[in-house]
Amino acid sequence: MSTMLKIAGLWTSFAGFVAIQDVHFDLSAGETHAIIGPNGAGKTTFFNLITGRLRPDRGTVNFEGTELVGLAPERIVRMGIARSFQRINIYPRLSVFENVQVALIAHAGQHWNLFTPGRSLHRGDTADLLRLVNLGAEAREVAGELSYGKQKQLELAIALAAKPRLLLLDEPTAGMSPQETAGTIALIRDIVRARGLTLLFTEHDMSVVFGMAERISVLHHGEIIASGTPDAVRNHPEVKRVYLGEHAIG
Amino acid sequence: MLSRTPAVAVVVVVLTLALMPLAGSRYAIDLATQVLIYCLFALSLNVLIGYTGDVSFGHAAYFAIGGYACAILLTTYRWPLVLALPASIVVSGLAAAVIGYFCVRLTQIYFAMLALAFAMLVWGVAFKWKGVTGGDDGLTGILVPKLLENHTAYFYFTLGSVAVGVALLWMICHSAFGLTLVAIRENTVRAGFIGVDTRKMRWGAFTVAGTFAGLAGALFGMYNRGMYIENAFWTESAQVLIMVLLGGIYSFVGPLIGAAVLYLLQVVTNQYTPYWPTVLGLILLVVVLVLPDGLVGLAKRVGGRAARA
Repeated sequence: MSTMLKIAGLWTSFAGFVAIQDVHFDLSAGETHAIIGPNGAGKTTFFNLITGRLRPDRGTVNFEGTELVGLAPERIVRMGIARSFQRINIYPRLSVFENVQVALIAHAGQHWNLFTPGRSLHRGDTADLLRLVNLGAEAREVAGELSYGKQKQLELAIALAAKPRLLLLDEPTAGMSPQETAGTIALIRDIVRARGLTLLFTEHDMSVVFGMAERISVLHHGEIIASGTPDAVRNHPEVKRVYLGEHAIG
Repeated sequence: MLSRTPAVAVVVVVLTLALMPLAGSRYAIDLATQVLIYCLFALSLNVLIGYTGDVSFGHAAYFAIGGYACAILLTTYRWPLVLALPASIVVSGLAAAVIGYFCVRLTQIYFAMLALAFAMLVWGVAFKWKGVTGGDDGLTGILVPKLLENHTAYFYFTLGSVAVGVALLWMICHSAFGLTLVAIRENTVRAGFIGVDTRKMRWGAFTVAGTFAGLAGALFGMYNRGMYIENAFWTESAQVLIMVLLGGIYSFVGPLIGAAVLYLLQVVTNQYTPYWPTVLGLILLVVVLVLPDGLVGLAKRVGGRAARA
């Protein structure tokens, strides 16, 4: 497999606190890779650095030969990297349908079109995506009034509307009930397989992580202390000591 | 059926206005002309406030620029109206593009303050550039084409121009561009992560808003036969902002209703008391405290309750 994302020597700090230090990280095309680590380990910061939300102090983020550091989020999205957010990040007053529709409009580069009614565009694709994430029945509802779990699914649909090759999901099941979690994981797995996506995700539920990821990296105090197959990571002494010891591994 | 209701409402409103001169007094015609102009002005501001989520405290600048530009071209340079009016719209649009370029670098209160600062600069130019703008004496004696000197004729001219302006703004607000602006208002960060250059889009919205404010200003100057520095003052920006809030920022028609209601209230109030600013303050208080979605929001809530009962 070829390397899709190559990160080298990444550092970033906030007001003297080093959030990410000297991270080296490779991601192969087609891989499903989990980032785990305790709260505050820097997982979300790591995502923010890849997707242009934050700019690192040092280091490089190379995506298929293009340097991403310094590029704005909208440029990075257009290169084929989409993400979801740990905290719900939708358009609360828009309908569920419009939430996805506007993402498709942006993806098609039609957001500067002053003449064509926005509502008439990408209706079929929008409906398809909503059905895919099991929100077909909620299309007309106001997005902000959906249940938490459904907003998470909507978040996924918005990310998919950007037609990414690399998908970053930040805690896709956070706050979900066990049933919702199982359903969402099955859904993500199906979508990743059907679309041939490369997936990088963070997750607090270790049974999900070890059941789904092909490779796992452990982030601790902003450093990657271990990276490898689930078995290798499970048996890594330092990982056991600092992190997994506190968790029951399914 | 439901989708036909707005179309019917538009036809009724336009026809009523068009037929008004047959029955109305000259006073009523003049009042209707002014109301129409403020409707367009308020609607243009709502592209920023309601659609993009950028609250500008300096929107009077583009109204004034449009008004002064049209007045100067007509009177000082004796341009015909068919050139002077489009040119003044372009000038206000360009001014908004230049000023907006800097404003959209900021957000929220900082955006509002910078927009206000630029508007005060425009006011300052109008005040000091006496040779061109007439300074604090104002620019009076604006030459309006013979055809439009009659009050009824000017009313029809305004009605037509405002109708075109409103129709264009309707198209823009409901376009893919408009829908994307709403997404930016709702969640600017997320909009960036679907591939939208939010700053450029906000710049576009700022320019659109300034362009149509310029048309309103040009119509106002010709109606008034004069432009005055007060037209660029921050109190004008505040008044149009209150019109938008009163009508309701989350609906297309809200600012039209807000402008009409506030302007007519002002006229009525001035007949009884000189304390219009006090009344205006009370109205603002009511809007902020109990009508966050304005009159349109209130109507929807009452309508919803009636439907449920």
